[in-house]
Amino acid sequence: MVIRTHDGRVSDVELRIFEPPRFFEAFLRGRSYTEPPDITARICGICPVAYQMSACLAIENACGITVAGPLHDLRRLLYCGEWIESHALHIYLLHAPDYLGYQSAVEMARDHRAEVERGLQLKKAGNEILAALGGRAIHPVNVRVGGFYRVPTRAELEPLAERLRWARDAAVETARWVAGFDFPDFEPAYEFVALRSDTTYPILEGRLGSSLGLDIAVDEFEEHFVEEHVARSNALHARIRGRGSYLTGPLARFNLNSAQLSPMAQEVSREVKLEPPIANPFRSIVVRAVELVYACDEALRLIAEYRMPDRPAIPVQARAATGCGCTEAPRGILYHRYRIDEDGLVAEARIVPPTSQNQAQIEADLRAFVEPRLDLSTALLTRQCEQAIRNYDPCISCATHFVSLEVRETD
Amino acid sequence: MARRRPKLAVWKFASCDGCQLTLLDCEDELLAIAGAVEIASFPEASRAQVAGPYDLSLVEGSITTPDDLERIQAVRKSSKYLVAIGACATSGGIQALRNFASVEEFATVVYAHPSYLSTLERSTPIAAHVPVDFELRGCPIDKGQLVEVLSAFLIGRRPNVPTYSVCLECKRRLNVCVLVASDTPCLGPVTQAGCGALCPASGRGCYGCFGPADTTNARALASRLSETGMARPDVVRAFRTFNAGAEAFREESERDA
Repeated sequence: MVIRTHDGRVSDVELRIFEPPRFFEAFLRGRSYTEPPDITARICGICPVAYQMSACLAIENACGITVAGPLHDLRRLLYCGEWIESHALHIYLLHAPDYLGYQSAVEMARDHRAEVERGLQLKKAGNEILAALGGRAIHPVNVRVGGFYRVPTRAELEPLAERLRWARDAAVETARWVAGFDFPDFEPAYEFVALRSDTTYPILEGRLGSSLGLDIAVDEFEEHFVEEHVARSNALHARIRGRGSYLTGPLARFNLNSAQLSPMAQEVSREVKLEPPIANPFRSIVVRAVELVYACDEALRLIAEYRMPDRPAIPVQARAATGCGCTEAPRGILYHRYRIDEDGLVAEARIVPPTSQNQAQIEADLRAFVEPRLDLSTALLTRQCEQAIRNYDPCISCATHFVSLEVRETD
Repeated sequence: MARRRPKLAVWKFASCDGCQLTLLDCEDELLAIAGAVEIASFPEASRAQVAGPYDLSLVEGSITTPDDLERIQAVRKSSKYLVAIGACATSGGIQALRNFASVEEFATVVYAHPSYLSTLERSTPIAAHVPVDFELRGCPIDKGQLVEVLSAFLIGRRPNVPTYSVCLECKRRLNVCVLVASDTPCLGPVTQAGCGALCPASGRGCYGCFGPADTTNARALASRLSETGMARPDVVRAFRTFNAGAEAFREESERDA
């Protein structure tokens, strides 16, 4: 990361992401319309289900199919598993050590063993949902266009419920714990962007909305959002046409949809004084904890109401068409679009991950955050910048226990 | 006097992070592992950076950039043992699909300014560049096998990781063979075990994410797959996924059939 200063003012902040390009959108061309869920899962080992789900929705959209009812609920349950796993990982293993002044969760465990153990067991509860429904926690094998290869019996889901009841309590404890951390004063003016629904806290349903009044269907995404390629980074930067950077992720979801949280999650958010809109990104850790409560609660509801579907998947016939899909990855909205040709092969693919959508905002935040703190030592400033970057839960590869901070004085 | 704890380092090259996440997914073992070794460098989980040399380096990801060509040499020099983890590190990963195409053309498809990129024409495994002490397969690797490899290197023995095919695991799990019973295309006969035959247990064919087994006859399987009604391009794609660069799979996918 490079900070350029002039007369004690920050003139520019560059966050360079060195993630080597892997060219997914290029090599997806020519693959069968059934393949993107498994292939795009490999974009991110932390949120493979998000990739599988956005890919499925996009391809089903192209083929004129909607997966609803119990199969949709089962997808939502799988996705809850990923939210639990990813949020517990981020809160306990990545972010909490920043707030409490430790280098890592392992170091934190010396003084806070019980909390770290609780975090690991919460994470495990999420992974168990993924393994029960998907076969394994990372790159689950049971997801297909149209639904699943195999659906579980009620009896298979019962043991999950037992652990989830524990996990829900542990998530409430998590919210109380992180709400007591110190949060730097910092409230940028954000445009929050998330899926929005009148009936549920959106995971893989709803329209796209924003705090400045955007209200569009998913298939209008590319008319409103543009991605730019900047020299310093292999991740593309996204902006809202005519406005600029925006924020996606837990803060945006909560601010736009808190009324759709379950009663228990709402009660917890009141208890920890989380009133929307929350504009301090350092409090995202508290929002993540409330979403952790919600994901456990919602998973329990889905298990309680589960009826085994008649068939594991709806047959999906390929046709020459374009379709798009957008879902709420743990770290924000993930958009996919595919053009399928008459042979059922992918002719064109477009993927817009949450981290690239947030990157312009991360840089804007850092600029504002760093300026009043330029007198800090480089070591302390580095720590605080890392903590600020982790507010966004960027895909772990850029989650950045970095590397280096350079402050350059320019004439 | 307490013995010095061995120093463990975790490195990332081109990858999805799923394999190193597998280490953090050892929820029941993580704190015990952290007690047995000094986690000296694991940038994604810790701010602490202890200088090398390291007793054991786990390397995730494939080599795809000029910088990484140099970085892997430095990692090798600072490591007593180097273990490559996952399909990217052991075969080049899904990003090795560029090896069958033009990376310049790929770059123009994804990026507005391909000239900003610095990337190699091919994605290659770690062993193509430096000596590797052990290769742990999988996309992603299996948690149990990872713990076995860590234990083995810490004790100083060879890891007990089978190199036979998925078929053996499938039989042990009492799965009905999807290829025999329902003509479902399955790469299990030529794929290394390790996952526990997950896909056939879910009623789908194995898609080869652990790479080729020790002795395979990919060509024979390819002709069996044709009998299920797969056209040749479908067979080629089946061998060209997460281990497209592994020799046995690459050879079969490039054969004139």
